[in-house]
Amino acid sequence: MKEIIILGTGCAGCKALFATVEKVVRESGLDANVSKQEDIMEIMRYNVLSLPAVVIDGQVAATGRLSETEVKKLLGA
Amino acid sequence: MLQQFADWLIYDMCGLSAETHLGQALNFFIYDTTKILLLLFLISSLMGIINAYMPVERLRGFLSSKRLFGMQYLQAALFGAITPFCSCSSIPLFIGFVRGGIPLGVTLSFLITSPLINEVAVAMFAATFGWRITLIYIASGLVLGTVLGIVLGQLRLERYLSPWIQQLLQSPPLSSDTTADAASLPFLKRLPAILLDAWRIVRGVLVYVLIGIAIGAAIHGYVPEDFFADHLSTDSWYAVPLAVVLAVPMYANAAGVVPIVQVLVSKGVALGTAMAFMMAVVGLSLPEATMLKKVMSWRLIGIFFGSVTLAILLLGYFFNLVL
Repeated sequence: MKEIIILGTGCAGCKALFATVEKVVRESGLDANVSKQEDIMEIMRYNVLSLPAVVIDGQVAATGRLSETEVKKLLGA
Repeated sequence: MLQQFADWLIYDMCGLSAETHLGQALNFFIYDTTKILLLLFLISSLMGIINAYMPVERLRGFLSSKRLFGMQYLQAALFGAITPFCSCSSIPLFIGFVRGGIPLGVTLSFLITSPLINEVAVAMFAATFGWRITLIYIASGLVLGTVLGIVLGQLRLERYLSPWIQQLLQSPPLSSDTTADAASLPFLKRLPAILLDAWRIVRGVLVYVLIGIAIGAAIHGYVPEDFFADHLSTDSWYAVPLAVVLAVPMYANAAGVVPIVQVLVSKGVALGTAMAFMMAVVGLSLPEATMLKKVMSWRLIGIFFGSVTLAILLLGYFFNLVL
């Protein structure tokens, strides 16, 4: 099971990415747990320079706004 | 070419006369909308291409490894200009830069120019005021970011950072980049995503552009020439500060504001005032200020935004004198 965390401080782009990832996971039936991390202190532990960011199993997989196709490719869905 | 299209659509197809106010206003609306949207798409795509090859992680690497005497401020300002700005990224960017060993002043140079010179502002300026004014705008933004970074860098402002950031600074600088991005993908494979992104930017501001142009077109068609020059003395001392104050709540509506400003300029408002207004709209953002509260004390935020405001005012007065 994949552990997916969306890093973001609650801006529009971050919320949109969270919704996209949830949608992709739901529609593809991927075995994954999607959660949000909005606490800036926790976010900074990942050493990212731009938000939102996608963390898969503890690794930063992508940053910035992503389209649905990009998310699908990223998750292998 | 676009003008011919607008003439054809309004005067020939719709049968409206070029002599009527309605015909003039509609013609202006069609011409301006197509021009702005085309330019916005082009410039966003161009910025996207630059960004695909110069991601912010790489720019940070440049800034922390290559210290050119005094030039790193200008460099940071340039990098800020080509990086798309989002207020939600300002914190991680700030921390990431400072932790990477980049001096506070240089980081501030980046933070000042990043919102000031962005694809929306540049495209709107180019479409409405032409390339000469746009280049002056870009150059002023770069000078503003560079000079303020140097000045603020001299003030030893590190003590006004939040305590937890100061603690972070004590730990050794980080240099490793964690992002695994697709920098190796061939250009043609990346282009669709870049164009899609540019289209997303255009779609995001479309509504503001349309509203702005509609208001602008109405003023253009109905308010007599020289109205503002006659009724609002443009060289009065308070025009620039008033423009800056009015601009702050306009944040995120840069796209809608420029078409209105353009019409105001054509009716007699001074160009320096317009320029200061535009800079304040994009550069002085309340959401960014509240975000920065997490890493800075109110005092530092005050110094930061205060000096940007002051610099914008000076630029406004300066351009009212020379342009």
